[in-house]
Amino acid sequence: MELTREEESALKGEQGEVMQTAYRILVATGEATDAEKLIPIEWAHLAGVNYNTIGDAGEELLSGISKDARVKVKTTLNPMGFDIDNVSKYGLDENFISKQLSIKNSYETMGVIPSFSCIPYEIFDIPKDGTQVAFAESNAAIHVNSYDNLKTNKESAFSALASALTGKSPYSSLRKEDTPNVTIRMKVKDPNELTYGMLGFFAGKVGDTSVNIFGLGDMDKRQCKAMCGGMGTSGTCAKFLFGEGDSDCEKVDFDEKEMQTVHDELNTAEKGDIITLGSPQLGLEEISDLAGKLKGRSFKKRCMIFTPRTIKEQAKKIGYTNELERAGCEILSDCCTCLTPLINKDDVDAVTTNSIKGAFYLKNSTGVDVNLKSLSQIIEDETR
Amino acid sequence: MKKILVSGKVQGIVLKSEKSINFLGTVDKKTGIISDKNHDLFEKSIKDTIFVFPSGVGSSVGAYTIYSIKSNNTAPLAMICKKADLTVATGCALANIPLITISDEEFSSIKNGMNLSLDTDSSNLIHYQ
Repeated sequence: MELTREEESALKGEQGEVMQTAYRILVATGEATDAEKLIPIEWAHLAGVNYNTIGDAGEELLSGISKDARVKVKTTLNPMGFDIDNVSKYGLDENFISKQLSIKNSYETMGVIPSFSCIPYEIFDIPKDGTQVAFAESNAAIHVNSYDNLKTNKESAFSALASALTGKSPYSSLRKEDTPNVTIRMKVKDPNELTYGMLGFFAGKVGDTSVNIFGLGDMDKRQCKAMCGGMGTSGTCAKFLFGEGDSDCEKVDFDEKEMQTVHDELNTAEKGDIITLGSPQLGLEEISDLAGKLKGRSFKKRCMIFTPRTIKEQAKKIGYTNELERAGCEILSDCCTCLTPLINKDDVDAVTTNSIKGAFYLKNSTGVDVNLKSLSQIIEDETR
Repeated sequence: MKKILVSGKVQGIVLKSEKSINFLGTVDKKTGIISDKNHDLFEKSIKDTIFVFPSGVGSSVGAYTIYSIKSNNTAPLAMICKKADLTVATGCALANIPLITISDEEFSSIKNGMNLSLDTDSSNLIHYQ
């Protein structure tokens, strides 16, 4: 990879240790993705915020970096472990809370916007078509590449952090015109968001850096997010292109059989003790739709709803939060289904969710069983 | 394709998987043990091995898992992949774990339990003991 004189100097350590590490990460990223140079980016979105995911090593690393490093571009942030407004109700241990607050503080010191959201594409203005950004958080990278006409790698937590601190990212294949070599033909009839999540999960396993998807009907926001979340979980793929692709493209069908295989891998329980909605976090459209569906009904068991703080505030003004709380929902900001300590295997054996992404991490990281159901099925079975 | 992503020189025993790894949620960051029941290395530890697998997949936060296992002394000595993904490349870059990618043919020729040395300054990169 070709570096400018200034970039070379940073890599040698002449601009301090943090910049040297940042450039070492960018160079490894560039080598991995066949980039020939670094280019400027306008927005970085960071993952690696939840103490459950980054641990003591991550907390210490960020604390050290924040002593003198500051972000050079607009930088937003993934969810952390809990909602700061109601953490006292959940009996988390003091160590978790203090380490989580230290992480929050380190990011804020570096100049990061404390958005604590995995759906930055729904809560911030989208820049003009073709803008180069650096998004960690796999569902967000896939969403902005596929639906928002931005360009990003499927960044790692470290490559996005390095891009935030330098304002640069390697000019990798995904930032140019990318031509997928696989087309997935969607054959399943009457799909709901769970179907799209499974399609995404399947596509992520089949595709390389990008994949064509053919045979999709109109999709609502919930279904698009489910597909991005599913794909981000299972593979290295970072972009959907909608169409049949070239004639020499390998064609792979996604039919009932393929769907059943994904379902069998992730569905491990017949019913859940609690319900979680929001992985990715729910946007205002989904909150409004949910409030409508819950008119005159109440959940028979705990239902946790994850949404960004800004969305929660808007929903409150419109009156949705009242309606959801009346129906028995716990509305949580700043955190998400994935790896939150608010869901603990000591208290919960199985969780019902409509999220494939959530299911994967609930099963593998939280260590609970998962009962997969679409939202309409959840409302039919779990409310009265 | 042969590439050096993070340089270094180590010798050790191969732990090989034919399955990709999602470091977040599959590898325990304190013990380095694979916790995914569907993975062919379930309950095996990657600590102090030459860890050979096709590619990293999934969450971007997996890079922190790699940095954590290094800090907890439960990391592999080196990693060898067919394809470098950003999570593994940047995790190894920060943790200073040697990482190379190799061709499909060479990947097939490496077997579980082999004793091999990796030297990114040598033209062969991999020497079989």
